[in-house]
Amino acid sequence: MNNYVQLLLSGIAVGSLYALIAIGYTMVYGILRLINFAHGDMFMISGFFLIYIAAVPHMPIWLALIITILLTVLLGFMIERCAYKPLRSAPRMSVMISAIGVSYLLQNFATYFTGGLAQAYPPIPWISNEIEIFGVTTKLITIVTPILTIVLVLALVALIKFTKIGMAMRAVSKDFETSQLMGIKINSVISMTFIIGSFLAAIGSIMYFSYYEQVSPTIGAMPGLKSFVAAVFGGIGSIPGAVIGAYIIGICENLIKSYPAIADLSNAFTFILLIVILICKPNGLFGEKLSEKV
Amino acid sequence: MKKRTKILASLILAAAFLTVLILIDNSPLKSSMLSTCLQKGAIYALVAVSMNLLNGFTGLFSLGQAGFMLIGAYTYGILTIPVAARASVYQYFEGGIVQFAIPVIPAIIIAGVLAACFAALIGLPVLKLKSDYLAIATLGFAEILRALIQWQQIAPLTNGSNMLRAFPTYNSILFPFIISAICIAMIVLLIRSSYGRAFKAIREDEIAAEAMGVNLFKHKMMSFVISSFFAGVGGALLAMFQASVQAKGFTSAMTYEILLIVVIGGIGSITGSIIASFLFVCCMEWWLRFLDQVQYLGGVKLPLMRTGFRMVVFSVIIMIIVLFWRKGIMGNKEFSWDAIGKFFRDPFGLVSRKNKKGEGITNE
Amino acid sequence: MKRMHKIIALLMVLVLAVGMLAGCGAEKGKVIKIGIFEPGTGENAGGGKQEVLGIRYAHSLVPEIEIGGETYKIELVEVDNQSDATKAPSAAQQLISAKVSVVLGTYGSACAIAAGSIFAQNKTPAIGCSCTNPQVTEGNDYYFRVCFLDPFQGTVMANLALEQNCKKVGVLTQAGDDYSVGLGNYFTEAFKNAGGTVVPASFQTGETDFSAIVANFKDCDAVFAPSSIETGPLIIKQLRAVNKDCLILASDTWENGKIIENAGDAATNVYFSTFFDENDDSNTKSKEFVDGYKKWLNSDSANLNNNGGDDTVAAVSALGYDAYMAAIEAIKAADSTDGTAIRDALKDVEMTGVTGDLSFDEKGDANKNMAYIKTIDVENECFKFLKTQTIAE
Repeated sequence: MNNYVQLLLSGIAVGSLYALIAIGYTMVYGILRLINFAHGDMFMISGFFLIYIAAVPHMPIWLALIITILLTVLLGFMIERCAYKPLRSAPRMSVMISAIGVSYLLQNFATYFTGGLAQAYPPIPWISNEIEIFGVTTKLITIVTPILTIVLVLALVALIKFTKIGMAMRAVSKDFETSQLMGIKINSVISMTFIIGSFLAAIGSIMYFSYYEQVSPTIGAMPGLKSFVAAVFGGIGSIPGAVIGAYIIGICENLIKSYPAIADLSNAFTFILLIVILICKPNGLFGEKLSEKV
Repeated sequence: MKKRTKILASLILAAAFLTVLILIDNSPLKSSMLSTCLQKGAIYALVAVSMNLLNGFTGLFSLGQAGFMLIGAYTYGILTIPVAARASVYQYFEGGIVQFAIPVIPAIIIAGVLAACFAALIGLPVLKLKSDYLAIATLGFAEILRALIQWQQIAPLTNGSNMLRAFPTYNSILFPFIISAICIAMIVLLIRSSYGRAFKAIREDEIAAEAMGVNLFKHKMMSFVISSFFAGVGGALLAMFQASVQAKGFTSAMTYEILLIVVIGGIGSITGSIIASFLFVCCMEWWLRFLDQVQYLGGVKLPLMRTGFRMVVFSVIIMIIVLFWRKGIMGNKEFSWDAIGKFFRDPFGLVSRKNKKGEGITNE
Repeated sequence: MKRMHKIIALLMVLVLAVGMLAGCGAEKGKVIKIGIFEPGTGENAGGGKQEVLGIRYAHSLVPEIEIGGETYKIELVEVDNQSDATKAPSAAQQLISAKVSVVLGTYGSACAIAAGSIFAQNKTPAIGCSCTNPQVTEGNDYYFRVCFLDPFQGTVMANLALEQNCKKVGVLTQAGDDYSVGLGNYFTEAFKNAGGTVVPASFQTGETDFSAIVANFKDCDAVFAPSSIETGPLIIKQLRAVNKDCLILASDTWENGKIIENAGDAATNVYFSTFFDENDDSNTKSKEFVDGYKKWLNSDSANLNNNGGDDTVAAVSALGYDAYMAAIEAIKAADSTDGTAIRDALKDVEMTGVTGDLSFDEKGDANKNMAYIKTIDVENECFKFLKTQTIAE
């Protein structure tokens, strides 16, 4: 019994982390129709930001956290401006290739800068404390992450539903050209999307690495890919869908890993899930039906 | 240039290239970096052309190439390891369950066929998907294959996640060139046939192609299966080149590398892919290696140079190409003597640029 | 726009050409090259760097050698095999084309196995420093090694588990890593033969979440987890969350400052076997080495950084040093820069290294049968030597 509580708890924690990253994917895809392959690597870079900033003498951890988030947001903004904006009129494949190139660059840069070694993540007070629930000891962060995720998702949904920029985002994702004609400043909407996405990636990164406590240059790739699968599973463009998809993947993955005979297949499972959903319900659980235009 | 002169020039070029290869093969240069890069370049050229057939000529954005190479490499390895060596390769699984070995050439063909069979299976559900979804689904399939091959339960067949080695490799560096050349020639013939024209029609406009009577699914499936066949053959060659093969190397990063080669060469250009794969391999493995070591220029220690710098420079170059040189080396054109002649007459487009300006003025 | 493209293209070609010229500066005088085949990036980078440090230190002591009455300058050629068995062959090829006479390395058996046939084909002898898997030297006339082997190491750890009255032991291996899988197998074999129970589990390369996997080890008395420096701390921490006091057993890879630093307070009751201990004063050579090496490490902050942040002498550094010295002995004995001659001379090398007496058997393996058991001292953040352990042949 305890075993299952443990598995469920860590499944929920991992799922929440996937959710935070998945939202970034789903928002960018919703607006630009671009799989931002660099998103997972941005999340990794954000981890290194905190390590290097917190190592500065006399740096209080809260300030380090704020600087990390700001730098990650800036990075996301810069990536969009440098690597995606020049290709706005290019075919979608070119933009996707550019995204792959950025991901390659970020990974190689991190390898170079850190000397290819994994670095310990600084402990963040309070959330790294241990607590006991249902007879299982775990870190406070296992509980904090899902709560924080839900709060952030609600805030985001509110932002998209009730504010002007949110309305603009919805308009752009419905119809790129028409919204441009209606006077929406398309570039600022896209920048805003990247800023929100990177902000969530930074929060996700802080939570993720507080949980695993070390960062290495290639660590972003797998969580990134899995989060994308979660976004597709939930229906790309739908924020609640991405969150639910992320939880399903997080929990199932943990259950599979606990059986030694099939533990090797836990990564494969995520992708099998992807293929099944793409075949049965190509728009995902909550996705809107996209009509092909001739 | 006349057609006959062109054919003659092509033949001379091919003969010269072959002579150089034979010379390298029979000289101490055989173990040099030049020959390594040529071999790997030839193998990557085959895989890149097979990916170009899919992405560039049929317009199907598939990211599953590493998965099919993996099947090819493993099929080749499993079928050709000499029976005597099996006990030591499959040391944890009592020699494995395959207790025979077949000759090299049939094994390479079976490697391709098996990859093609998997492609046919995967293609049934996946090819109905549209652009990005197709990309992510094929990427997913490649990851599934990689996990499956490493699965402990089928380890007596695949050696689990352990390395396959001791299988026969080639002695002459001509081998990968000949196989690659034959395969690429087959792809070129296919593209020039009526099937190739149907592929291009699908690339340009699916709906229009369907209206003209092109059977969409049949042609997409054909392109997918044929591309995978050659990716499988490429995987087998790669296994021979490396002399050992392990599933964990065939990650999505490998697919990305091949995709980047296709982009650098020009999406939709066979010669572009071939040139780009040689350039790519040489840059990554050879020409840029010096960046990994501390260098002195006139007694001054150059800053920034240390392990990993090579890959940073390399990825920056790639980003520059992707952003500012979107058409790649060849665009969607092919190598031709006319273009060469034109380049030498007007190397920087200065003349034609002036002409264009002039035209603009007269039009006004 | 089009013109700009051509100019960019030309510029890039120019940069490459200049780079290549810079890469091949002319050397004067006679030179013999020794290749260093080690991971500089990737999961084994930490250990690879320490091994390179040991070799570089040895090189700083013996930078020249006399061959055929002439003084040759020894030049080290380093390549990065990226801890990746698929990248290793081309890195090895790089050494071959640089015409090295002998190769040292690598850390991580998988890369050594993958590159072994390339060294053999090109008749270049290689001396492994810490690659412990039997397949490295098996059937390869040109591969030697200065460390003990996995069957030995696995048995040592199994004996240690038995001594500590462990009945049920979890074995966690990294799928696809020959080093980890091999050790796990030899441990399992030895422990089962002695009547113990083993709970096996494995994880894929790149895994970060072990919590579900280690949940299987809840009621184990000990867990044997031969793994890389990168995964080690994650395993320790996540295992401690489900099983507070079992023994954690590991192998030589864990002797790296990063393990202590990244695992923090969780690293209690951790035992591992290794090749060398800096406080072992039974061997005068080793004392001399430790003093000199520490001084050398402290002279440059980059060295300290590569060593994991402090001046602890890692066993792999000592092995790197021994491998270099063995190569020097062999070159002297062969009196030639030819690979095959050096290979033949290596077979007869007998010397006292800092890790003990060194000679090679007919397979090319070092004749060694003593392991040092160490543990992690969490309070003082250092490794503590416990005892030496041998097994009956």
